[in-house]
Amino acid sequence: MIRLDQLDFGVLAEIDHIDTDELPLKLIEMGCLPGNDIRLIQKAPFDDPLYLQIDTSHLAIRKETAQHIFVRLKS
Amino acid sequence: MAKLLNVALLGNPNTGKTSVFNRLTGLTQKVGNYPGITVEKKEGRSRLDPTTYARILDLPGTYSLNASSMDESVVVELLLNKKDKDFPDVAVVVTDVENLKRNLLLFTQVKDLNIPTILVINMADQMKRKGITLDIPLMETQLNTRIVLTSTREKMGIDSLRKAILNYRALSTEPAMDVTTIDPEYFESLQRIFPNESLYKLWLVITQDVNFSKLDRQRVSDATAFKTQPESDLKRLQQKETIKRYQLINGVLKQAYKVDLSVAVDLRSRFDRVLMHKFWGYLIFFFILMLIFQSIYDWSSIPQDFIDGTFASLSDLAKQQLPTGTFTSLLAEGIIPGLGGILIFIPQIALLFFFLSLLEESGYMSRVVFLMDRGLRKFGLSGKSVIPLISGTACAIPAVMATRNIENWRERLITILVTPFTTCSARLPVYAILISLVIPNQGFYQGMTLMGLYLLGFIMALVSSWILSKILKFNSKSYFVVEMPNYKLPLLKNVLITVLEKTKTFVVEAGKIIMAISILLWIMASYGPGKNFSYAAEIVQQEQPQLNNEQLETKINAYKLEHSYIGILGKSLEPAIAPLGFDWKIGIALISSFAAREVFVGTLATIYHVESDSEETIKNRMASEVRQDGSPLFNLATGISLMLFYAFAMQCMSTLAIVKKETNGWKWPMIQLFSMTLLAYLAAFTSYQILS
Repeated sequence: MIRLDQLDFGVLAEIDHIDTDELPLKLIEMGCLPGNDIRLIQKAPFDDPLYLQIDTSHLAIRKETAQHIFVRLKS
Repeated sequence: MAKLLNVALLGNPNTGKTSVFNRLTGLTQKVGNYPGITVEKKEGRSRLDPTTYARILDLPGTYSLNASSMDESVVVELLLNKKDKDFPDVAVVVTDVENLKRNLLLFTQVKDLNIPTILVINMADQMKRKGITLDIPLMETQLNTRIVLTSTREKMGIDSLRKAILNYRALSTEPAMDVTTIDPEYFESLQRIFPNESLYKLWLVITQDVNFSKLDRQRVSDATAFKTQPESDLKRLQQKETIKRYQLINGVLKQAYKVDLSVAVDLRSRFDRVLMHKFWGYLIFFFILMLIFQSIYDWSSIPQDFIDGTFASLSDLAKQQLPTGTFTSLLAEGIIPGLGGILIFIPQIALLFFFLSLLEESGYMSRVVFLMDRGLRKFGLSGKSVIPLISGTACAIPAVMATRNIENWRERLITILVTPFTTCSARLPVYAILISLVIPNQGFYQGMTLMGLYLLGFIMALVSSWILSKILKFNSKSYFVVEMPNYKLPLLKNVLITVLEKTKTFVVEAGKIIMAISILLWIMASYGPGKNFSYAAEIVQQEQPQLNNEQLETKINAYKLEHSYIGILGKSLEPAIAPLGFDWKIGIALISSFAAREVFVGTLATIYHVESDSEETIKNRMASEVRQDGSPLFNLATGISLMLFYAFAMQCMSTLAIVKKETNGWKWPMIQLFSMTLLAYLAAFTSYQILS
């Protein structure tokens, strides 16, 4: 299991758990929930923000937020 | 008499909700504000059958009913308040076929409020290309609702939607989910205390900081007992609610929604690879900005010259055709030039909004937000500050309003405070006339000066954000969640409606002020206290009897102005502004510019008594203005000093008013007014002292 900001490009992973207190509800409502698939599509310069596909949503979050999301690689 | 149904249009951002609204209502829309707040209220009418009309309210886009912004609170408040005159007879939730799962979250929440709810699945034309198949009858049964497939691009489904709205009584008002399953113990104790209330409504009241002034006070204060629960517990429950809802939705979609990925054509990743590239992405963005600014100046000059000319001849016509007198003078020298001064901005504003809405509609703006976030954060701003900063080049008013989607209060406040530094279109006429007066018309000097002033505005915005970010310390968590919508070809109808709407707002809002100032100025320049004003003609004639008629008239006018109310005001200001290279006439223009910058040129025209029928244009008149020692007043030093003053000073009542609304008080607009004006004074002072 790794922190989301350490995930490589294009690799399919699954959200393992999230730190609820640190994440905005809006992100959770957009699909950032344990069990959902997650993929890193792109990073901006200096690796921040991150462009992600979570389930069917495409969204961008900052690195500091990504550090509260933990994922498991899917083979 | 025709029957009227209240319809609320809801949906996540980027679902094409506004396109559906535009298709339903066409040009019958009205844009206003919700009382007391600056959230835009859009409504329009749609004819359902010969005797029934729908009054359609386009509510702000929201991801869920758990409101986290002012825009979203408006939605929750309306849906909770049955006594509101806008309370919907039927709710229409618009979803995007590609993001159906996420979009259905809001649908299930709205349905839980026991309001008859229609589900619109929009962008249905995309289904084939994306390999999506839907079992509509199955979904209708499982979600217990009526589903309408629409495509605003293909103009499909709008008539079916009208029919569905008309038959709203046939819709079930059963909730989509049993909320007690979120936490049985908690909700059962809630039900014991409020046996007659809908649990989901209570839950919304308890978990949100929305303004419930319109609701039953007693009920709210009773419910707040439940608020004593730690916030993190409530949030955990909200998260559980979200999980439960997704379970429900997944259950429905598992059978009814199929995607064949081998068919799907993925334009997104192809575009993203170029537009969000670490190097090309920025270059393309810069190039697009250049293109926009260039076209705004090129394309607007022709209609602007036309408007300018038309109003000059109208003014002449009024003077020639109407009997001489106070009214004619007011009309020809106050009202007509004032009106012209408003309309002249239309081409630029319309073009700017045209381009901005193209960027927004196409989905490109979110990519810019992504690209710029890291860089702007260094200055205490957010990637989302890009939109206000760019919009600020049209007008600070919509720009300040555009800060609303910045979730972090500190980043939002800083953006609001620095946005007025960006060169708005009202500064343009001031710069244009001063540049043509004091900068030599050779090579690229004039164009470079204008470009330099724009850059200066942006740089000052960044520098002051950096300073503010060092001073302002709030303990607010920095949330940044940006949806990256699919790329779409903008719908011309949507773009044109936006342009029309924004331009109309500008003309009406700014126009009122400009008009009032023009008339006030005319009055203050046409009247004065004491004998010096009343007997101006006699005094001048006595002092300088050798003058011929024409010279005499000019002298009398100048003498009158000097002793009019406005002249006295300007003179009293002179000691303070003399070190900046300004005389009392410029002082008058400065004072009136605090209402709105764009009145600068018009004010000078009034002060110098430039009559449009004379050979002299306002520019020539300014060029011939001399100081007491005979040197020209508008030399390089004064010109630069004046331009710097306009670049930095907070001279716009309307912006101050909007900042007051957005920050809930006079504190921030006053800080803005004083610090920006002080900066302007210092910059003008320094530059004049060095250059002269």
